[in-house]
Amino acid sequence: MSTPFLSVQNLSKRFQAPKGGEPLTVFENVSLGVEKGEFVCIIGHSGCGKSTILNILAGLDEPSDGAVIMNGKEVSGPSLDRGIVFQNYSLLPWLSALKNVTFAVQARFRSWNKKQVHEHSMKYLEMVGLADGAELRKPSQLSGGMRQRVSIARAFAIQPELLLLDEPFGALDALTRGSIQDELIRIWSGSDQTVFMITHDVDEAILLADRILLMTNGPYARVAESVQVEIDRPRERANIIHHPDYYDIRNHLVEFLATRSRALAGKQEGTEQSAPKVVRFGANAGAVIPSEKGSKPGARKRAVNGAD
Amino acid sequence: MLASLNARALLLSLVLLAVFLGLWEAASPKQELAGELTEYELLMGGASPKAAVPPPSAVFAKAWEELSDPFYDAGPNDKGIGIQIGYSLYRVLSGYFLAAAIAIPVGFLIGMSPLMYKALDPFIQVLRPISPLAWMPLALFVIQDSQASAIFVIFICSIWPMLINTAFGVSGVRKDWVNVARTHELGAIKTAWIVVLPAAAPTILTGMRISIGIAWLVIVAAEMLVGGTGIGYYVWNEWNNLDLTSVVFSIVIIGVVGMLLDTAFAYCARLVQYQE
Repeated sequence: MSTPFLSVQNLSKRFQAPKGGEPLTVFENVSLGVEKGEFVCIIGHSGCGKSTILNILAGLDEPSDGAVIMNGKEVSGPSLDRGIVFQNYSLLPWLSALKNVTFAVQARFRSWNKKQVHEHSMKYLEMVGLADGAELRKPSQLSGGMRQRVSIARAFAIQPELLLLDEPFGALDALTRGSIQDELIRIWSGSDQTVFMITHDVDEAILLADRILLMTNGPYARVAESVQVEIDRPRERANIIHHPDYYDIRNHLVEFLATRSRALAGKQEGTEQSAPKVVRFGANAGAVIPSEKGSKPGARKRAVNGAD
Repeated sequence: MLASLNARALLLSLVLLAVFLGLWEAASPKQELAGELTEYELLMGGASPKAAVPPPSAVFAKAWEELSDPFYDAGPNDKGIGIQIGYSLYRVLSGYFLAAAIAIPVGFLIGMSPLMYKALDPFIQVLRPISPLAWMPLALFVIQDSQASAIFVIFICSIWPMLINTAFGVSGVRKDWVNVARTHELGAIKTAWIVVLPAAAPTILTGMRISIGIAWLVIVAAEMLVGGTGIGYYVWNEWNNLDLTSVVFSIVIIGVVGMLLDTAFAYCARLVQYQE
């Protein structure tokens, strides 16, 4: 099959100007593909429409143009096939952590009885280290990190085909962020989940992603490059910086954010070149393939982190 | 200070009460029992030489007498305070819950649908400021029953705060939470039950608490008009009997019952309160 698991085709979002002026084009002609099981991060400056793209993937927002196709079906409206973790956790504050997960599990597996729902929910809360009584507390009684763990447990527990993460660690301190990143990658490794994640953190993207999409600044933002991260898994925070490709990738990303995101910004006149440029490092360095079509990144073999 | 803030506040309240009652007692003219009254003095009502607001001691004596036998029934003009309060509570609660049964679903509808909100808003804005007692003549004519008319007046005065607060609470549910419901493919009823109702519950309960307060204010006036039974009728009846001690006593009782109603709703509000 030539079409990837998730295919975003010529997506555009325009907002009508208040008094009949030029409509504001946030992004235009965004096309990208994500393979089953892939972990993709998207990086760009604020205002380039990353969150809007994610909301469109989720079905919470509508594109002005273009389409999102998942598993051969067009995305229209939210669905349990796509789980979301928001930056602000979006837990229901009147429910305990456990209930926040069970209501989702019950919604996903309607035929299950109470016991099945409870066991399944506890299994996922255990995975994020929240099964020691903390699951009975309300979100307001949990720290930011614990709340985000609940949110991640909820998203994984409904076993969606695509997991959307909207800057999930943005509001967390560095230590907490590190440990939840490890948990995220561990749970992901043991599943065949496809993940699409927004982040601002270059190191986080390299640690987690198979591929990093880079967006130019808005308005008229687009996905300009797709950087392959071909560092073997399991990756470890302490060792990954010694990998020969690490700083090449990192410098490339930082340089893109610092200068080229601005240089490449603005309206693209006439060009229908909508697929991002593929960038590779290491053994395949120099093989800058103009279009994604030839490369077929595909789902890579995963290894569960040996540490635990 | 070792005593907690609450303990000190209680102590201060008691001191203030004692000072107030003391001043009141001291200011009341002594009802010196005139020795022998002439027949003329008796005819002129001279038995109580000077009508005055009774001192607290007299009110306490009256309270003791009334509260030690609150449910006696000695004919239409002489019933125990418990019976009168019972009638008032019955009217307030039936009018109130009738109003809640309509205001909360309609408020939900208005809060969920901007169209319904805009369509119903002018009616609400016109009906809301009408004094509930202004409905009384119309209610008496249409319903032809004073009891039911009093309940109707309670209904009409308690419906607005509940209606407006429910609509406000429902329309103000955070978009994130609604999105949680949407991404989990919850149907309309499940969304209402799992997300919207708990999210709006504190606002709805605030409306219910305002309404019960207003209903208790209005019942006294309504019962003064319809007569027969109830604490409002009792106050007016004792005024007609020139029994000011009973009037003062019933004023205090109205306050205490109102406070108890409010406390009960404040307790319910705490049950549905959540912290973000």
